[in-house]
Amino acid sequence: MGFLDYFRSERRASASVAKERLQVIVARERSGRGGPDYLPALQNEILEVIQRYTSVDDDAVKIQVERDGDCEVLEVNVTLPADH
Amino acid sequence: MARVVVVTSGKGGVGKTTTSAAFGAGLARAGHRTVVVDFDVGLRNLDLIMGCERRVVYDFVNVIHGEANLNQALIRDKRVENLAILPASQTRDKDALTQEGVEKVLEGLAEDFDYIVCDSPAGIERGAHLAMYYADDALVVTNPEVSSVRDSDRVLGLLSSKTRRAERGEDPVKEHLIVTRYSPSRVGKGEMLSVEDVCEILSINLLGVIPESTAVLNASNAGMPVILDEKSDAGQAYSDTVARFLGEERDHRFLTDKKGLFSKLFGG
Ligand SMILES: Nc1ncnc2c1ncn2[C@@H]1O[C@H](COP(=O)(O)OP(=O)(O)OP(=O)(O)O)[C@@H](O)[C@H]1O
Ligand SMILES: [Mg+2]
Repeated sequence: MGFLDYFRSERRASASVAKERLQVIVARERSGRGGPDYLPALQNEILEVIQRYTSVDDDAVKIQVERDGDCEVLEVNVTLPADH
Repeated sequence: MARVVVVTSGKGGVGKTTTSAAFGAGLARAGHRTVVVDFDVGLRNLDLIMGCERRVVYDFVNVIHGEANLNQALIRDKRVENLAILPASQTRDKDALTQEGVEKVLEGLAEDFDYIVCDSPAGIERGAHLAMYYADDALVVTNPEVSSVRDSDRVLGLLSSKTRRAERGEDPVKEHLIVTRYSPSRVGKGEMLSVEDVCEILSINLLGVIPESTAVLNASNAGMPVILDEKSDAGQAYSDTVARFLGEERDHRFLTDKKGLFSKLFGG
């Protein structure tokens, strides 16, 4: 059974990789939703600027517009790497 | 009040038309006056899947333009009572459907039908937008595969922002997930996203799971909604789906591989 198990675990990886990738991309796309059309571009440019100064992951910048009564608040979250 | 049900997906070729035909036939079979409307302008196909392609005289766009009235354009199904279809136009003019035109046609249909099932074209352009705009319910058809799931999520975003219900601040469009072309044996091998995975990612209510099935091709060859093939797995899965939509509780019957022993022994 040993070699069969080996193939099985190889295969199991493919669906779980798909799931992980989907969770990341769907979360990212949802966060940009409902806001102004320029949000994704703004998010990318902020990321580029930050990456000029320090190395962060491509999904380090989270951006969204929150409505607070009459005000709209642009919320930008940047995750810096642990060794900072 | 008629309910407008859009069958949508974003991604093409995932089973919207198959589902529209089956779902419409299922609602009609349960006694509800049902019309299935083909929104795929330029790529009319619902007529073929429902086996009435030779009876098409007028279409959706003719009605919008006032060249025919609804009764002239509607085709009554010969097998199922209470079932009709409104075929799409084969025009190449992508702007043939207008918002006012669609609204007028749906209002006309609402007088004679309990359910208006709108078969959306693929994509998120005009046709898809108009198909979902007036919806009360949405059947989001998804294959267990990365691009289909991602597109479905995109469509969920549109349903919650670009529909009449959203714009008017009414109760949101009721979203239902239908996973199609599901292959339990491949899920078992870890090659395919499971229904649980898809539900978790999209976080919407699961209405039905339709297995990958040869019955679907057979039914489309014959021009018969697959739900009428009552012996087939896909037909039964669609029957369960319609029953759940109408409020019945039904177990999901096609989530596991029936082949059993062989596949258990050989990792199937
Ligand atoms: N459960 C299933 N099992 C096997 N084949 C299926 C199943 N559902 C759909 N198919 C096949 O997939 C193909 C696409 O189906 P269908 O035309 O319903 O998709 P669609 O979403 O309407 O496509 P489009 O985006 O082009 O309008 C068809 O060949 C159909 O027979
Ligand atoms: Mg179609």
